[in-house]
Amino acid sequence: MPEITLTQAPAHIRMGSSIGQPLTRREGVLKTTGAARFAADNHPPGMVYAALAVSSIARGRVTALNVAAAMAHPGVIEVMTPKNAPKLALDPDAKNNPFMFRLDLLQNDRVRYANQPIAVVVADTLEAATEGVALLEPQYEAEPARTGLDSDDSFAPAAVGAGSPAEESHGDITAGLAAASVRMEAVYDTPAQYHNAMEPHAIVAAWDGDTLSIDTPSQGMAMAQARIAGLFGIAPEGIHIRSPFLGGGFGSKGLFSGPQVLGIMAARLVGRPVKLVLRREQMFGPVGHRAPTRQTLRMGADGQGALTALSHHTKTASSTFDDFFEPAANASHALYASPAIATSHEVVRIDTGTPLFMRAPGEAPGSAALESAIDEMALACGMDPLAFRLKNYAEMEPISGKPFSSKALRQCYEQGAERFGWAKRPQAPRQMQDEAGMLVGWGMGTAVFPALMFQGQARAMLRQDGTGVVETGAHDMGQGAWTALAQIAADSLGLDLDRIEFRSGTSDLPDAGIAGGSAHTATVGTAIHGAGADVIGKLADLAMDDERSPLFGAGNAGVIARGGRLHRRDDDGRSESYADILARAGLAEIEGRGTGAIDPAAQAAYAMHAHGAVFAEVKVDPDFGQVRVTRLVGAFAAGTVVNPRMVRSQYYGGMIWGVSFALHEHAVMDKRSGRLMNPNLAEYYVPVNADVPSIEAILVEERDIHVNALGIKGVGEIGVTGTAGAIANAVWHATGVRVRSFPITLDQLLDA
Amino acid sequence: MSLSITLTINGAERAITLDDPRITLLDLLRERLDLTGTKKGCDRGQCGACTVLVDGRRVNSCLTLALSHDGADILTIEGVAQGATAGEPLHPVQAAFIAHDGFQCGFCTPGQIMSAIGMIQEGQAGNDPERVREAMSGNLCRCGAYVGITEAVLDAQRSMAETEAASGRRNAA
Repeated sequence: MPEITLTQAPAHIRMGSSIGQPLTRREGVLKTTGAARFAADNHPPGMVYAALAVSSIARGRVTALNVAAAMAHPGVIEVMTPKNAPKLALDPDAKNNPFMFRLDLLQNDRVRYANQPIAVVVADTLEAATEGVALLEPQYEAEPARTGLDSDDSFAPAAVGAGSPAEESHGDITAGLAAASVRMEAVYDTPAQYHNAMEPHAIVAAWDGDTLSIDTPSQGMAMAQARIAGLFGIAPEGIHIRSPFLGGGFGSKGLFSGPQVLGIMAARLVGRPVKLVLRREQMFGPVGHRAPTRQTLRMGADGQGALTALSHHTKTASSTFDDFFEPAANASHALYASPAIATSHEVVRIDTGTPLFMRAPGEAPGSAALESAIDEMALACGMDPLAFRLKNYAEMEPISGKPFSSKALRQCYEQGAERFGWAKRPQAPRQMQDEAGMLVGWGMGTAVFPALMFQGQARAMLRQDGTGVVETGAHDMGQGAWTALAQIAADSLGLDLDRIEFRSGTSDLPDAGIAGGSAHTATVGTAIHGAGADVIGKLADLAMDDERSPLFGAGNAGVIARGGRLHRRDDDGRSESYADILARAGLAEIEGRGTGAIDPAAQAAYAMHAHGAVFAEVKVDPDFGQVRVTRLVGAFAAGTVVNPRMVRSQYYGGMIWGVSFALHEHAVMDKRSGRLMNPNLAEYYVPVNADVPSIEAILVEERDIHVNALGIKGVGEIGVTGTAGAIANAVWHATGVRVRSFPITLDQLLDA
Repeated sequence: MSLSITLTINGAERAITLDDPRITLLDLLRERLDLTGTKKGCDRGQCGACTVLVDGRRVNSCLTLALSHDGADILTIEGVAQGATAGEPLHPVQAAFIAHDGFQCGFCTPGQIMSAIGMIQEGQAGNDPERVREAMSGNLCRCGAYVGITEAVLDAQRSMAETEAASGRRNAA
């Protein structure tokens, strides 16, 4: 039996073709009735509660913990500290591959960032565990914290992001700038940001000998299994992870985090199942964030507004003990044609938790700076911002010279501009006011995100009754995997959606890789497509080789799978049902497998990206500088749309993250202590409903025959790009003030 | 101090003996009564994921002690349309959230739905999307499903008003 049963009967099914239909979410009833069981909703028999104690200093060591006081509190079972924490089979500071990040797991008393775990209290109740933490009263030997981007001892990393070169170039920047008749140089700052999924990281862990059962949200169950297996010296097959629903991920649940491991260690220490849930403020430290950046853009253009040089340099911060470098400058690789492009990165180390992948890593801050700079350059050239972007439209990928596998960006510009009414925009700033006297401004930005694929597997089966089963350990963090992948699964087997069972969300299913990089649907969808095709191929062989079948001898003409039957391709009237073929062959079922991965030949030949154009209207209070986004129109082209309802929601969500980037999010570090001063949802601003205006997302048609068999690009992250810049540009258009430090706050507009 | 209280939860009266006076209403529901539909997002009243109705009022259940509600009537997401997972009809707000894709990950959704039901019952927002957005702004959604949420609330409000009007006509006849 599958562990998750979805009860919602899908709507709008069209016979034989589920892909492209706007089905509602198959887990919709579970999620709207409270029946969807997220990790922290589990409560195995005998379970006890763990609460995390975290450091209030950013650098130094813990010299004392009042363990006796905590232990004396009624209900407290154990206090896990470096003195009694289970020893691990692998040093948590070991780095055997670039995706293995160093973890703080109570193996010593060292503190390397504020909010680092320093102890775990386990108790019969959550209240007792929480009180136990308060009683620990940690004492520290603190050292001065290193903070901020200003430090001089920066270095050039070898690689940035997920292994991209830190420096890339083509053409001669110096010559390009020298030849330019218009030049600009500007510096843009973006702050540290924290993912803040609504669901805090949580784990319910239960040991049985050397096997381990875990409920935890994961964007990559197989990677998590491998990480846990390494740390505890147990077999990955003995680790069963259930992650049917993530309460949001945004990258923060891609790599198994330290607190999740601590929950497993606590369960081992006390010999009982343990639940550990991070408190909101503890999400600001040990589970990753987006690093701050300071980006320098330099551009030159000739008298007609054609770029002659584009240089993008990023200074960013990482932790003192690990390597993740926000690849923001790489946002300039794929968008605007220029005979010379140079991108580079430098890093300072500060006392912070290690920054990691956060929705559109690199692209989000990089796009905010690049799109602002392009707007400034358009102004310097005396051109409309859209006309300037079209003038510098890239017909080949600028950094590599490769042709695009597909690129409907022109259509995005056209349809978005038309819908928004861009043609009526006055070129000069401060030209528009509404009836209430608010300054009105219009701005735009281009969106781009690479069409990535990782590795994923799927298994498909046809059963004797003609129904199908498709299995893959995919992850649904809200993007709609339960629905979109099931749609692909139904089509892959030529069955209606209600004739297949789609199993997902647990680690005992085929490895679906990682839900990140906007690549999950493309990767796992391709794997499912292949698994279905494998089954149908075997079934067709059975029928075509059997002279009792109406399909006998179809041979080269082949067959088509549709509605639970195979049809002769050259004679649709000759067909046979799956059930009949299987029954005659005496088979209970046929199984097939598929793999999803990028085609290396296609990747070598083509540049693959999704594109979009975002148009924003803002209103700015002329007295107080308060900015409201009042209208957003995005037009995006990302290949095949599996489910337009869910794709539109992804674009909306991404664009709202763009609003958030432009106007809200800002983790403020105390320069004296290295502590964050706003680690909560009241002071770390994210948009609320009233911040979100009228939003439209236009799904621009695009077919791509190179990216993968289904033509799918990703949609999860692209909406963040383009939007932040569009809003910054609209703020300039409303006020005449160019704010180069994100988020754009009213104090920066008061002199307007 | 007596740690025994009586609560009516989702229509059923329950005598509850608390093992600790510090238990919030949220932790009572989640950790002791297996009503885990109500979510904990911040435990500080900043995100709204824990919203339930107490005597018809929207309350952040993380910010209130269970002991202080002796005799209260509590409605949680599980009580909104009991039997819905077994095929019984959904509440109009739940159905509208599905139809308008008013959620992605679903973690904030129970709180959103309870806020919406409370707001509609209070007659707070009428048909004005701006007022709906404002009234729903105590419930954060990090996925950014606000467009669908606003549409869903307006749609549910309309369909509930129509149903009420129709039943009013029937009663009058």
